[in-house]
Amino acid sequence: MTTTLISETQLNETVKNVTLARVIHSEWIKFRSLRSSIWLTSASLVGLIVIALIVAYNTRHLGANIQANDADPSGPLQGYYLAMYLMGALGVIFVSGEYGTGMIRSTLTAVPKRIPVLWAKLLIMGSACLLMMSIACVVAFTGAQALISHYRHGYSLSSTANLRIVFGTALFLTLLALLGSALGWIIRSTAGALVTYFALVVALPLILTLFGHIGRTLAEYSPIFAGGSFITSIPESPSLHPWTGFIVLIVWVIVAIAIALWRLSRSDA
Amino acid sequence: MPESGELLSRLMIEAINLSKRYGSKLAVDDMTFTVAPGKVTGFLGPNGAGKSTTMRLLLGLDAPTNGRALINGRPYVDLERPLAEVGVLLEARAVHTGRSARNHLLAIAATAGISTRRVDEVIDLVGLSHVAKKRVGSFSLGMGQRLGIASALLANPKVLILDEPINGLDPDGIKWIRNLLRSLAAEGKTVFLSSHLMSEMALTADHVIVVGQGRLLRDEPMSTLISQESKAVVNVRTPQVDKLVELLRSSGVKTKTVVGTSFVAEGMISDEIGTMASNAGITLYELATQTASLEEAYMAITQDVREFSSSAETMKEKA
Repeated sequence: MTTTLISETQLNETVKNVTLARVIHSEWIKFRSLRSSIWLTSASLVGLIVIALIVAYNTRHLGANIQANDADPSGPLQGYYLAMYLMGALGVIFVSGEYGTGMIRSTLTAVPKRIPVLWAKLLIMGSACLLMMSIACVVAFTGAQALISHYRHGYSLSSTANLRIVFGTALFLTLLALLGSALGWIIRSTAGALVTYFALVVALPLILTLFGHIGRTLAEYSPIFAGGSFITSIPESPSLHPWTGFIVLIVWVIVAIAIALWRLSRSDA
Repeated sequence: MPESGELLSRLMIEAINLSKRYGSKLAVDDMTFTVAPGKVTGFLGPNGAGKSTTMRLLLGLDAPTNGRALINGRPYVDLERPLAEVGVLLEARAVHTGRSARNHLLAIAATAGISTRRVDEVIDLVGLSHVAKKRVGSFSLGMGQRLGIASALLANPKVLILDEPINGLDPDGIKWIRNLLRSLAAEGKTVFLSSHLMSEMALTADHVIVVGQGRLLRDEPMSTLISQESKAVVNVRTPQVDKLVELLRSSGVKTKTVVGTSFVAEGMISDEIGTMASNAGITLYELATQTASLEEAYMAITQDVREFSSSAETMKEKA
């Protein structure tokens, strides 16, 4: 291949304008062609289902040694403690991976307006998470209740409260993935963004609870406690009302995305 | 460019008083130049001279501290079809290592609605068909460069901005890319490529922009640069060495390797030395212009900035 005919570089098709729809298509190709996306999503899915079955098996007989919140409809969905790390990491890595490898420069030269990339990534990742986590949570819940119903009276997905818990868990995990993704845009380095995610999600509420009643009250407004109140059947006493908790988590995500947008549009790539 | 007008400026790259400061370091210092279509323009300078930064400014990846950068008459950010206007190859492989070459190109192509058929066409054009489905992380530097070229050619752009495209290529690859760039320039495209290797540039570029310490040092046809720089080094042989050396030094000419009846004079062309010697009544045995190697010419141009910056060399290479 030492000579290149001029005709070889010619293009026989129309190049179209960059639009949000095309950027979304591009991000979809990126999302499905990365092993990290596939692995983290699959691990969450499997984790949620396996943990649900374990919890269901352990709570098949109600007794004094079974805690109420394990026997609740939300009990078997406690796999979210695992999935929230994996989904947060998915969100972080989908963005920080581009900065780490330098891919972001290719991305932003193809989409010089920048902002559509952020929306497209959120949309693709958010949709994929919501779909996969909804499937995971429905399977986890119905599977767990099917197992339990061999031993005692289980719960049905048809009640409004249980629907909120099952799809709420999927939504909760999706919002955490979006939070991770916003942190990826803000911090850019994978390690830094992951550490920040864990600090915000795990360390912050734990540290706050060390500071007496006020700390405990403030901790309820942390992403995990606020979101947690939305997906628990019987929230414990200082918890926010489920829908208040849900809104607080959404506010966290919106604020993080706003900072991400500001950073993306203002800073050098 | 008062006479070139609207039409020409639509097909080129313009830097207008471009400056970029990172903290206390002025990476690009008031650069003004134009890269014209129909030829290969080399962007030459030592590592850390501001080449990559300038290219990032041209592509809107970094915002200039001062001045403007225009592609085909508009800021890069305002281009609606950036891939069709500018093909870009950025240094250090701006590609996600976990993705296959083909998926990488498909993702880039999707932003411009470019078909899968075209993606396979450019993969074939750069000779990567056999590894198109392999992860980019396993690629050699040369294969990475070919992938970068494929990405740049996707939409058959009018302008090409290539940062160190020759880096890491084997001799076959170098020859291939040289021919490719020449044929693209012959089609009337604007081809702008950076390098820190003068010898490579001399074989590829028609025009050269030399930078050092973020400043523009030269902007001229390659042939002019070569002839100018070679003219100023002259082998002199004379029985009156001391007298001529003193005379030349007093006129600001550098003299070196004074051995016996001969020495080397730098900074004055042979015509002037001959005239000066004749006026002073000095006999000349020999007056021969050294055909300086290109590398020497380049070193001569960038010498001042390199001496000035050598201590700061390590901090400069930030990217």
